[in-house]
Amino acid sequence: MMSNEKGLTPSFQEGTSLQEYSEQQKQFITFTIGEEEYAVDIMVVREIKAWSETTHLPNTPEFMRGVLNLRGLIVPIFDLRCRFGLGLTETTKMHVIIIVHLENRLVGILVDAVSDIIKVSEGEIQDVPKMDRNIDDEYLSGLVTVSERMVALLDVDQLFNPQAIETGIAMGEAASGEEK
Amino acid sequence: MPQDFDLDQFKSTYFEECHDLLAAAEEYLGILQNEMNDVDVETLHAIFRCVHSIKGGAGTFNYTDLVSFSHVFEALLDKLRDRKIKLTPELVKTLYSANDVLVTLVQMAQDDEVVDPAIWEQTAKDLEAFVQETPPVVEKKSTAFAGYNKTEQEEEEQGWGLFIDEKDDLAPEIDLAVTLQPKPIPEPEPEPQEDSAASAVEEAVETDQSEETEIRPSEVGIAHYRIQFIPDSHLLRFANEPLLLSRELATLGQCYAYPDISKLPSLDEIKADEAYLSWIFELVSDCKLADIEEVFEFVIDDCDLKIDKIQAGTKPESENKDIVADQSASSPLKLAAPTSLEVADEKTPTVKKEAPKSESASASSSHKVSSIRVDLDRVDKLVNMVGELVISQAMLMQQAENLPNNVGETMSQGFENLSAHTRHLQESVMAIRMQPVKSVFARMPRLVRELSARLKKKVDLITSGEMTEVDKTVIEQLMDPITHMIRNSLDHGVESVEERIAAGKPERAKIQLNAEHRSGRIQIEVIDDGYGIDRKRVLEKAIAKGIVDKDDNLRDDEIDDLIFVPGFSTAKEVSNISGRGVGMDVVRRNIINLGGRISVFSSPGKGTRFLLSLPLTLAVLDGMIVQCGEEKYIIPLTSIIENIYPQPEELKKLGSGATLISVRGEYIRLVNLHRLFNIKGAVTDPVEGLVVIVETERYGLVGILVDELLGQQQVVIKSLEENYDPIAGVSAATILGNGKVALILDTDGLAQMEHGNSRRNFNELSKQVLLTGEQTNDVE
Repeated sequence: MMSNEKGLTPSFQEGTSLQEYSEQQKQFITFTIGEEEYAVDIMVVREIKAWSETTHLPNTPEFMRGVLNLRGLIVPIFDLRCRFGLGLTETTKMHVIIIVHLENRLVGILVDAVSDIIKVSEGEIQDVPKMDRNIDDEYLSGLVTVSERMVALLDVDQLFNPQAIETGIAMGEAASGEEK
Repeated sequence: MPQDFDLDQFKSTYFEECHDLLAAAEEYLGILQNEMNDVDVETLHAIFRCVHSIKGGAGTFNYTDLVSFSHVFEALLDKLRDRKIKLTPELVKTLYSANDVLVTLVQMAQDDEVVDPAIWEQTAKDLEAFVQETPPVVEKKSTAFAGYNKTEQEEEEQGWGLFIDEKDDLAPEIDLAVTLQPKPIPEPEPEPQEDSAASAVEEAVETDQSEETEIRPSEVGIAHYRIQFIPDSHLLRFANEPLLLSRELATLGQCYAYPDISKLPSLDEIKADEAYLSWIFELVSDCKLADIEEVFEFVIDDCDLKIDKIQAGTKPESENKDIVADQSASSPLKLAAPTSLEVADEKTPTVKKEAPKSESASASSSHKVSSIRVDLDRVDKLVNMVGELVISQAMLMQQAENLPNNVGETMSQGFENLSAHTRHLQESVMAIRMQPVKSVFARMPRLVRELSARLKKKVDLITSGEMTEVDKTVIEQLMDPITHMIRNSLDHGVESVEERIAAGKPERAKIQLNAEHRSGRIQIEVIDDGYGIDRKRVLEKAIAKGIVDKDDNLRDDEIDDLIFVPGFSTAKEVSNISGRGVGMDVVRRNIINLGGRISVFSSPGKGTRFLLSLPLTLAVLDGMIVQCGEEKYIIPLTSIIENIYPQPEELKKLGSGATLISVRGEYIRLVNLHRLFNIKGAVTDPVEGLVVIVETERYGLVGILVDELLGQQQVVIKSLEENYDPIAGVSAATILGNGKVALILDTDGLAQMEHGNSRRNFNELSKQVLLTGEQTNDVE
């Protein structure tokens, strides 16, 4: 598709680059957890709502904060801070749930605050540096710098992929165990 | 009709109807079987119609195997209803298997599978063999249809669907692709088998436009009219529309229109309100001149109208001279003639009925439409929305309670109305999904017939309450349990003929299948008059299998209930009918999964009665809301036996950590909900809390320890698995009046979790629990 359009306007150099620019640009919603800034692809975000009390599900991982009634749908809510091993979020009315659509499921992620919508072109995304025993790179799809802040792009599918969670937890435990 | 016309929609309608038709055919076959010696020709007609309609649609969609097979099937049925073949039990059997093959073929067509002709060829041969048994029939068609006309009325009543064939009375050989088209067909194909008169008329009309002499329909009443219609230029100003007139004309018979466009001015000279066109219509019809005049009644003063009768059947009339042959006429446009076949066959009386019939059919469609087909998804959406509405309304009510008194009071009346209306709305919406259990019951006569033949028992099946309605989802789940219970009754319940005679019973055994509504649930009974449960043998077997201990002193009803224990079967020989030991326990599990219960009552020598009790719907359930710590849970009301506040002396601790409660001498295992679910702040001492005794499928009675009861409520069941994984001990979720999610407890899952927590000693215990647990019937 793109090559076709290029072919049609071979002499129009600027247009080509513009086209390329817009084609590859993606929008992300950024949010904060503590001091850190993360982002998710805007296309998977269904809605953003304020925190409200959830119903706890028994015998689920700690980061699973329970389920919420989203206009008749039962939606599970995950505590992202807890998922990153930073402890449970102490929720207030100021906390925010981002409802995202993964494959065929709707899930909510609990974050501290939503800050911005950013446009990122493919070229700006850097790979996550590989670090030993760091489980973070499992669910980070890249890093970008936006006005001198570093924003980590989340791969939400990976984040709640049961397999990844299990290995992640196991690795996390192993890691923390060794550190202690 | 556009070329890229989307057939899929019609296909799905066709298949829906096929399923209905096949089910109906099976039902009629059942009737046939019962009336073997005194066959009602109506029944045969009915089966014929079913097969015929399926074939018709199949032709339209080009399912060749389906067409070929149903054709053979139909041919046999045709002979049958013609009394050319005598109905024998073998024949009925073959008809049944033919129906089965048809079911398979329809299913395969629906799944777009490639059909292996081997599937149907053998059965087709069997069918043909029956057809061959009789000498060739010459006057087949006319005799068949003479008798067949009687059913037309009935046929119309059924014919609300798109593909229900309205012209069954035509020979089966006629290609139904033509007659079944939902819309008029532009180019009707001449039929090889069609009556010659019809083809004659057809050909004449199509080939000869102005030479009237060619047309010689031999039948009385059929006439060929030529109508010259030249509107005055001001005709349109009086709100007359030539198109409507020509349409009206087309309803009278086969009509061709030849427009004369010679007066048409060039585009920029055209005045929108002037009539420039004129027409010559050729009409082949059995109507009277007056009928045609009536069509033009309102325009007669504003046009130049000339109606000529060109040909009349046997007595050609003389006034057919003045023919305006308009050579500028373009190719004939055939107006929506209902079908080319209608004018055809005057020999059989069927056609005389044809015209009035199609009128009454269209008339009836305007006021007699009693049902429509709706996609189940749409209904489900509606059900969901109403569920939301109920929740929103409950939320509003709750919030209104917090309002200051003066405001709240004025609103309360409104809220009460709202609440009444939403409840009505919910009930009406639920009623949409309700269907009679007939669809399940209708399959049983065949089962009984085949099984009793194989088992050499004589059994009559008596059904009642077929029209009892229950939610569609429940119906789907009912088939297996009921089939199993009927099989069980036939195999184990009913004695052989010799045994019955020896016992002084009538030779023919009776199995009753009843359904009725009782207190918001549906109750289904399977009653046989066999020898009842052989308690001695059941007990022996149970002891042999280690299910009960020799010293256990079981009551009769406890022994009866043993048949529901997994892995239990009393049949001496394992037959292919039942008795693999996966019988009644599976039935029970299915029923319990549906939120129902099953119980058995037996009296030795007299018979056995199975009683099934099921909720009417799976979309809502009556639940008890309980509090445990800060959490609220719902326990399905159907599984609750009683609630007790245990006394300290009723509690026994086992070494394994399990706690038992003694309820009137029975030990019931306690399920520590707070421990299983890690609930903080919950009551941990049973003496301080409340124990809800529930019935589980595999662990009998167990007592769930909760803090307190909050109340009873009807809740809308929401799936948890839609967005998350299944959770042990939780079957589903719902939304409470305050908008919060509450979990519905899975009592069996909880019992299993408790079991897992202290597996030691449990085998013994569960046995005990199992047996004591089987008394639910008493409590009920």
